[in-house]
Amino acid sequence: MASVRQHSFDVLIVGGGPAGMAASSTAAAHGHKVAIVDDNPSLGGQIWRGRSFSSASKRAADKTAAAWYRKVQNAQITHLSGLRVFDSAQAGVLLAESQDGPNSQYGQWELHYRKLILATGAQERFLPFPGWTLRNVLGAGALQSMVKSGLPVAGKRIVVAGSGPLLLAVAAYMRAHGAQVVEICEQASMGQLAAFAFGLLASPERILQGMQYKLQLLGTPYRTGCWPVAAYGTQRLETVVLSDGRRTREIPCDYFACGFHLVPNVELPALLGCHLKNGFVEVDPLQQTSVPDIYCVGEPTGIGGLEQALVEGEIAGLASTGRVEQAQPLQRERKKMQSFTERLEKAFALRPELRRLPDAQTIVCRCEDVTFSQVREYASWRAVKLHTRCGMGPCQGRICGTAGEFLLGWNANSVRPPILPVRFQTMAVAPAIQEIKSQNG
Amino acid sequence: MSSSYDAIILGAGIVGAACALECARGGMRIAVVEGDVVGGGATAAGMGHIVIMDDSMAQLELTRYSQLLWAELAPELPEDTEYETTGTIWVAADQQEMEEVYRKQAVYGQQGIVTKVLDRPALRKMEPNLHPGLAGGLLVPSDAVLYPPCAARYLLEQAVRHDAVVVPKKAVRIGNGRVELNDGAILESQRIVNATGTAASDLTADLPMRKRKGHLVITDRAPGFVRHQLVELGYLRSAGSSTADSVAFNVQPRKTGQMLIGSSRQYDADHKEVDRSMLVRMLQRVQQYLPGIADLSVIRTWTGFRASTPDKLPLIGPYSDDPTIFLATGHEGLGITTSLATAKLLMNYFTGSRSAIPLEPYLPSRILLEAQHA
Ligand SMILES: Cc1cc2nc3c(=O)[nH]c(=O)nc-3n(C[C@H](O)[C@H](O)[C@H](O)COP(=O)(O)OP(=O)(O)OC[C@H]3O[C@@H](n4cnc5c(N)ncnc54)[C@H](O)[C@@H]3O)c2cc1C
Ligand SMILES: Cc1cc2nc3c(=O)[nH]c(=O)nc-3n(C[C@H](O)[C@H](O)[C@H](O)COP(=O)(O)OP(=O)(O)OC[C@H]3O[C@@H](n4cnc5c(N)ncnc54)[C@H](O)[C@@H]3O)c2cc1C
Repeated sequence: MASVRQHSFDVLIVGGGPAGMAASSTAAAHGHKVAIVDDNPSLGGQIWRGRSFSSASKRAADKTAAAWYRKVQNAQITHLSGLRVFDSAQAGVLLAESQDGPNSQYGQWELHYRKLILATGAQERFLPFPGWTLRNVLGAGALQSMVKSGLPVAGKRIVVAGSGPLLLAVAAYMRAHGAQVVEICEQASMGQLAAFAFGLLASPERILQGMQYKLQLLGTPYRTGCWPVAAYGTQRLETVVLSDGRRTREIPCDYFACGFHLVPNVELPALLGCHLKNGFVEVDPLQQTSVPDIYCVGEPTGIGGLEQALVEGEIAGLASTGRVEQAQPLQRERKKMQSFTERLEKAFALRPELRRLPDAQTIVCRCEDVTFSQVREYASWRAVKLHTRCGMGPCQGRICGTAGEFLLGWNANSVRPPILPVRFQTMAVAPAIQEIKSQNG
Repeated sequence: MSSSYDAIILGAGIVGAACALECARGGMRIAVVEGDVVGGGATAAGMGHIVIMDDSMAQLELTRYSQLLWAELAPELPEDTEYETTGTIWVAADQQEMEEVYRKQAVYGQQGIVTKVLDRPALRKMEPNLHPGLAGGLLVPSDAVLYPPCAARYLLEQAVRHDAVVVPKKAVRIGNGRVELNDGAILESQRIVNATGTAASDLTADLPMRKRKGHLVITDRAPGFVRHQLVELGYLRSAGSSTADSVAFNVQPRKTGQMLIGSSRQYDADHKEVDRSMLVRMLQRVQQYLPGIADLSVIRTWTGFRASTPDKLPLIGPYSDDPTIFLATGHEGLGITTSLATAKLLMNYFTGSRSAIPLEPYLPSRILLEAQHA
């Protein structure tokens, strides 16, 4: 029978990516009782997890990562690994479930907090096109994680397509693992990107980062204004078709890594009642959301990348522990980065042609096998869900709802507990909920 | 500008949609006013169990009659309605509840409803995932399940084929043969049917109706885990109680292989949020009956509101001093089942023709009379 474990913290951070790591190590500096919870076995989030960094590295990016890992290790932080937050029991109490692992006998974890910092990151946006459900057609980040967990790609032909800086990162990663990256295909136009690149001159780290990718990708064509229109294969993927709006090219490959930039993970903030604006969590200059004592940092506040995630984490770490003045210089830094985020958003804005990617037979909802022709006649997300079951499967519209927002203008924002599937017995545990005293007052 | 109809149906939940089809098929000129998604109210929230219930004789007659109407309609229902005659097993926990099984069988039998008593081994054979300690149950093979929002949409589509007009607006005021819409337009009819579910009191004052909240849970797919709709015999006690909050074991197999789980009952809980303590009570009850469900996944929870009357029977027919206003609401936890019978009874009333079962127990005036006598 599942049982409950109760814990209480001054500051609780949800999400162990760069933003959460920065927030927790900063908050822990003054003896506050701090915990960081993440559903993976180790910290690092989408970008750092599963890699090792040395401060002796010549690469600035590796040095930064190594420094943050050190800070987290040296701070007094309770690391709740392999725990997935699925619901809020009441103000000040989150419920989490242990994923498979040593702690899985404790079905439900009740996490009490005085201050909460949400650092839940982002996920890729998928857009449906004919053939996107074929085997070996994968998200760019998804292929990267599979390689991280051991999928061999040496000698494999990989086409990387979609949108956003993530494509470059993934292509470089695949190259480093011996894959033959046939080409990288960015839907944004050269003109759109050039405007962005010009703005980059204000931020040397970014240029460095960009150059590193280029060096690693030498010889791989990076085509702009080009997007996938179909993938073919009988059992598994054989070729992909790319278009620049005038002509199409068919390219044979083993894997097709395809993602259209990122969408923030805002289910937990939304469940907690945090105000959203244009799909992002609204925060003030101290990273506070509209709900008292709840802060939000990293991608859920805007797709700003690593550096912004780190700075926001630091600001929230300070603000949540009463050190507002110390946050001021960081706030100026963040402000500069925000203009970067805005430019990034413009540079990789999705072109309208992508709305015509799916044909009538294309599956939009993979969980429930719903086709584009079934959904396009409906006016709202709610009507689509009720009448076609689109978005009613295990992912609860995380993929098709996000695609529909772009394709058909749906407003797919209805969160209900659990925010992620949870075992029945975990959900059936009565919360113990008593105020448990934190040791450090 | 105003347009005139033989009848105006307010609300396109399952009840409004059924009434619209019945009236349109009878040759009436119909307008259906729906301010939101078709079948998006209680119809979208509930379980869609087409079930015979015997809380009272009138309830038994109405549910039985309506179930036969569903069975008649079933062959023409589109696939997305997911209509399936799964049957219900009323599960008896112990010998005392087995007594109730025999009582129920006798009552159903008098109405010509076929049932089968299951002893412990028979129950185990039919539903191997039930707790082995349960005493037995009563199988009602004619009970069915369906997916209500698509059923409502289908009924409305058929009404439209019979020239009903759907007006995608909200009614803001009704009376004296006029329906005022939120854009200021006026529709006219001598028969205005308030079928807006729990919202009916917003348009018609002083309805003897309260909201009764229910929680629902859907699991991930596990085809065959249960095969019939399983309900504990204590359910009647729970559904019939008119005071305390209650939960009962009620699990439904969906065509998708998922399980839909009810049912809790709470009065005067007005907010839509999931109440964890109710949810936990409900899930724990389910685990007592189906221990193996513990390892399946829950993918979503939500709530819905039943429109409940003092005697748990719907309000069908004329109500106020205003002879142009009619009611088709108050169906509590049985509106999916009883929608088709409601539509027939209403149409019989309009045409003055003989109904298959007496209308009197459902006439709204019964409650007014009772109030006067009290
Ligand atoms: C698939 C993918 C691949 C990427 N690859 C790269 C790359 O190679 N190079 C690069 O520069 N940038 C990459 N990025 C972008 C990069 O992740 C961000 O720029 C930055 O690291 C964001 O940091 P973060 O802390 O905000 O979020 P993240 O790093 O995404 O961290 C969020 C963490 O929170 C956890 N979490 C979320 N919800 C819950 C919950 N309910 N309970 C428990 N834990 C939860 C997640 O599992 C995750 O570990 C990638 C992004 C994605 C989505
Ligand atoms: C938890 C739960 C479980 C249930 N399980 C079952 C079951 O297993 N079997 C069963 O038979 N029944 C069940 N029911 C009961 C059943 O769902 C309801 O009785 C039935 O859906 C009522 O239908 P309706 O058309 O009267 O109301 P609704 O479906 O609520 O429809 C009313 C419609 O009117 C519209 N409306 C409201 N106000 C206006 C206005 N001013 N102008 C225009 N339109 C308006 C609304 O938008 C809505 O679409 C359950 C109910 C609940 C809550």
